[in-house]
Amino acid sequence: MTVQAVDRTPVEPSVSEARAGALRRYPQFTISPAILVALLAGWWLVTDVLGTPAYILPPPEDVLRAAVGGLSRPPWDKAGYWYHAGITVWEALLGFAIGSALGALLGLVLSHWPILGRSFYPYIVGFQSLPKVALAPLMVVWFGFGLEGKVFITAIITFFPVLVNMMAGYQAVEPERIELARSCNASELHLLTKIIIPSCLPFLFAGLGVASVLSILGAVVGEFVGASAGLGMLLMQYNQAMEISPMFAVILLLAVIGFLMNYVVGLIERRYCFWAQRANVAART
Amino acid sequence: MRAAADSLETIAARAPALIRARGLSKIYDTGSGEVTALKGLDFEIYGGEFVSVIGQSGCGKSTLLKVLAGLLPCSAGSVELNGKPLRGPTPEAAVVFQSPVLLPWRTLIDNVLLPIEFRKLPLASYRQSAADLLAMVGLTEFAQRYPYELSGGMQQRAAIVRALVQDPRLLLMDEPFGALDAMTREQMNLDLLRIWSRSRKTVIFITHSIAEAIFLSDRVIAMTARPGTIADIITIDLPRPRELSSINTDRFGRYAAKLRSLLDAQGGML
Repeated sequence: MTVQAVDRTPVEPSVSEARAGALRRYPQFTISPAILVALLAGWWLVTDVLGTPAYILPPPEDVLRAAVGGLSRPPWDKAGYWYHAGITVWEALLGFAIGSALGALLGLVLSHWPILGRSFYPYIVGFQSLPKVALAPLMVVWFGFGLEGKVFITAIITFFPVLVNMMAGYQAVEPERIELARSCNASELHLLTKIIIPSCLPFLFAGLGVASVLSILGAVVGEFVGASAGLGMLLMQYNQAMEISPMFAVILLLAVIGFLMNYVVGLIERRYCFWAQRANVAART
Repeated sequence: MRAAADSLETIAARAPALIRARGLSKIYDTGSGEVTALKGLDFEIYGGEFVSVIGQSGCGKSTLLKVLAGLLPCSAGSVELNGKPLRGPTPEAAVVFQSPVLLPWRTLIDNVLLPIEFRKLPLASYRQSAADLLAMVGLTEFAQRYPYELSGGMQQRAAIVRALVQDPRLLLMDEPFGALDAMTREQMNLDLLRIWSRSRKTVIFITHSIAEAIFLSDRVIAMTARPGTIADIITIDLPRPRELSSINTDRFGRYAAKLRSLLDAQGGML
């Protein structure tokens, strides 16, 4: 399209080229919103125009009304979304912090002392292939309906992607970096803190990105099996009452929260791991 | 070794050997059996000398360097550094690797000072010498930059500075310019000779380039293919300071022909 425009009007190529450049350079501000508009239009088409029953797929305006209604209530109002969202986010954050911290630490320990790594490896693989969600009902038995069970299940779910990425990161440390440290009589502590851990950061952040999204899943599943508050509990209540529009509003809210969690991890990564991205860009150009 | 006996004795008369290897052997125990990388090496390196080690790929050049750096123990024989048996890495020897191995999260100056941190020496008292060394290789304005902002040649110059900052007596260089293009490589050779003539370090330089070995060295150790043994040690009697034009002299050509025939006698190709 752009090429044809340039051929026909040789005076204006700078304008159309600039437009194509903006599309290519900032797709998140140009193409991404266009996709959102197309999705909303499709949603509106199958509900309002084609008449899909509202108990299967509510029309977008109903969901918007439910969302505005839920979000316009103050944070202490248990009938609004903010109160429950706060509880779910708190559970997810606590579980994420505990699970990923343990995952990173254990990943480092199991890699640095290979005898430990090889001894524990079969159990890690075994536990990883277990669907962690299946443990959720047990949490109610162990911890009751409170915060601890949700934090526990979230920690277990976020633990593995961080552990696995940390171990992969350790394996990927350039051997020359370790030889450099050894040739300078570096202590074991210096080897870990000045070479190995920084080298692992790009992998660690990849694991944290996955874990940040999974943390919301953990909290919601924990609330499904038994809770007195939280967005997961709210979903179950709306489901039993067949209130489909607010269910959609809560689901969308959960997606936004997951997106934001992942975004924050990305921001931290750009702050502490800037060198990995810049080095990659430099290598590609 | 016989061929170089005369000049060896004249050098030996000046100073005791900085490195003395006797029957140095290295056997790797791979899963599928033992591989002899080095077999019965005898040689001396004297203080202030520039010695290159040349041989085909897989002849054990890099293994030899790692043994001399104390990164690998030898399987048999002995290595003495400055009259003392070599046991592990020492502050007297610094290594320059094939790749620059700069840490991407550190600025250039912090990369250069890394060995000082590792050796738990007072950083403050080395900052000035690090800055001076960076100035010597023309990297002063890049001190606060990150490695990805530098070209390959600049990165390798920084790696040399990082080795020099500990003020070692011995510089062990493992094909440091192998990854650079021909033009940059020539410039790096000139820079290295300039650095060497100013610092008067002893250099052991691994390479697979005959021209590079002759151009840089006082002596060239030619190695046989696996198992690596010393084929001959050639003394390069070319005037210093050397210019790129010395490559075109007859004497240079004769040294090149001699080394070529030594390496070709191994039945392989370079």
